[in-house]
Amino acid sequence: MNHDAYSDGYIRGILNTVKTIAMVGASERDNRPSYFAFKYLLERGYRMIPVNPGHAGETMLGQKIYARLSDIPEPIDMVDIFRASKHALAIVQEALLLKPHPQVIWMQLGVRNDEAAALAEANGMKVVMNRCPKIEYGRLSSEIAWIGVNTRTLSAKRPPIGGLQRMSLNRSSAPGGATAAADRVQRQESDQ
Amino acid sequence: MNERIPGFATLAVHAGAQPDPTTGARATPIYQTTSYVFESVDHAASLFGLQTFGNIYTRIGNPTTAVLEERVAALEGGTAGLATASGHAAQVLIFHCLLQPGDEFVASKKLYGGSINQFNHAFKNFNWNVVWADPDDISSFEKAISPKTKAIFTESIANPGGVITDMAAVAQIARRAGVPYIVDNTLATPYLCKPIDHGADIVVHSLTKFLGGHGNSMGGMIVDGGTFNWSRERRYPMLCEPRPEYHGVVMHETFGNFGFAMACRMLALRDIGPAIAPFNAFLILTGIETLPLRMQKHCENTQAVAEWIAAHPKVAWVSYPGLPGDRYHNLAKKYCPLGAGAVFTFGLKAGYDAGVNLVTNVQLFSHLANIGDTRSLIIHPASTTHRQLTDAQKVQAGAGPDVVRLSIGIEDKDDLIADLDQALAAA
Ligand SMILES: Cc1ncc(COP(=O)(O)O)c(C=O)c1O
Repeated sequence: MNHDAYSDGYIRGILNTVKTIAMVGASERDNRPSYFAFKYLLERGYRMIPVNPGHAGETMLGQKIYARLSDIPEPIDMVDIFRASKHALAIVQEALLLKPHPQVIWMQLGVRNDEAAALAEANGMKVVMNRCPKIEYGRLSSEIAWIGVNTRTLSAKRPPIGGLQRMSLNRSSAPGGATAAADRVQRQESDQ
Repeated sequence: MNERIPGFATLAVHAGAQPDPTTGARATPIYQTTSYVFESVDHAASLFGLQTFGNIYTRIGNPTTAVLEERVAALEGGTAGLATASGHAAQVLIFHCLLQPGDEFVASKKLYGGSINQFNHAFKNFNWNVVWADPDDISSFEKAISPKTKAIFTESIANPGGVITDMAAVAQIARRAGVPYIVDNTLATPYLCKPIDHGADIVVHSLTKFLGGHGNSMGGMIVDGGTFNWSRERRYPMLCEPRPEYHGVVMHETFGNFGFAMACRMLALRDIGPAIAPFNAFLILTGIETLPLRMQKHCENTQAVAEWIAAHPKVAWVSYPGLPGDRYHNLAKKYCPLGAGAVFTFGLKAGYDAGVNLVTNVQLFSHLANIGDTRSLIIHPASTTHRQLTDAQKVQAGAGPDVVRLSIGIEDKDDLIADLDQALAAA
């Protein structure tokens, strides 16, 4: 897997398959990026489980917060890592101890750990790094175009609606306008 | 995984514009509405909190305008766009997000005269301080940098035409100084030049010109290149600090490589207010669909007219980088290989009165203060736009008594040449 450039089909496939997502590093503060992503994905129908040892036992947007992945009493499909890159390896190791283990490891925008990715992939997991599932959902459903973002997709098909001001991921699209300069900078920064 | 990247003309027609989700309408509908209903109090809270995407109020965003924003962002190779009521409004929003009172920015002194005015006078009231540099001496940009510098600003092809900026060289200076490089790409359009590919971090447009292209709508655009690391530089509080006007959100951390466009929307457009009208967005969008075709014709006509004028006995000089021997010809070949644009100036041997006679005698050329129309346009700056300046200032601004500026349209080039021929004969 080339972790510098994921195809839209790969990302769409993951977001269309997973149902239960554990977010490690979820914050209850309503101005934090993890809160934004958590709330958005919850509203899109995912079962969202917050993991944050500092707040274990509390609830976030009605969902019980767990201290660690192994405390979660149900199977999870995807782990979304909202922690600094250096913590990602330990989180993957923890995820591998779960039975059954999750199918997807997703590291947030700004989070990349190639060793953690290699370990996950060696165990049959799919990996996404340095992306935000909220942004990717918005991009591939084209909701994010409402705020002027280049979705990098094109389509001449009428997109399905998911509700009032809601679009759906159940669609296809062709690649659109590339963001070569931004992608290059992102690669350079993740090499440092 | 190799995904096919669509070409420019495909993006000009399709980017941002899928069939309307509710009606299937294929042309982008004009959403002539100020506001949008919320599904519930919760939905409203998510929208206002930026936790979900959607429309609230047309000052902040509109579905017709959003298509235009994505379209221009895609054509420029940027991560996101933000449309505004005019090109000048776009510049105010950009600098509002970058500068604190007392800060400086370095700008090329060869700019559209309106931008020179905006920077020299209007911005001074905000205590945003411009320091001028000379695009013909790139080292002057480096010398103009101080600890207070927050940005560098140039045009790609400068209005009134002729001057091409060595953008890659300016971009290096910006990189060393740790400041974003802003390029006004109005005269070139992304069809002729993509500044982000040459190191620009932010692109700004007056959509009023070639992008709209038909002289019927005002508009501006900010494109976020997604290339500047606001969090590393830590000198841009609108991007890297919790924002009190937005319940403590940190724009770059939250929105990543389109954080600048989001700051322009939520912190600048929302609070300062120069939103584009949806109808104008629609007209400009329709114009962009033919941008590649029009720019080809604009450039082809301009090359022919410039060559013809250069050989005319009443003409002292022509400044068009498409002409071999022009001092910017090599820069034009590097930055605008498909054509050097459609705006240029020339000098009349007989000076001021000959200029006045020429604009009076033309029949097809319209005498007005705009550029980038399907129609050919003419202006004699010394008697119009630059009238209030002293003679010395006029010469310095490239608007001496002998100077005439043309913006060549997409008519038949032989008719344009015939019109200039009869008008010059009588001048
Ligand atoms: C190069 C350039 N930049 C900016 C502007 C300002 O744009 P607007 O008139 O849309 O405010 C103009 C307008 O003439 C221009 O030519």
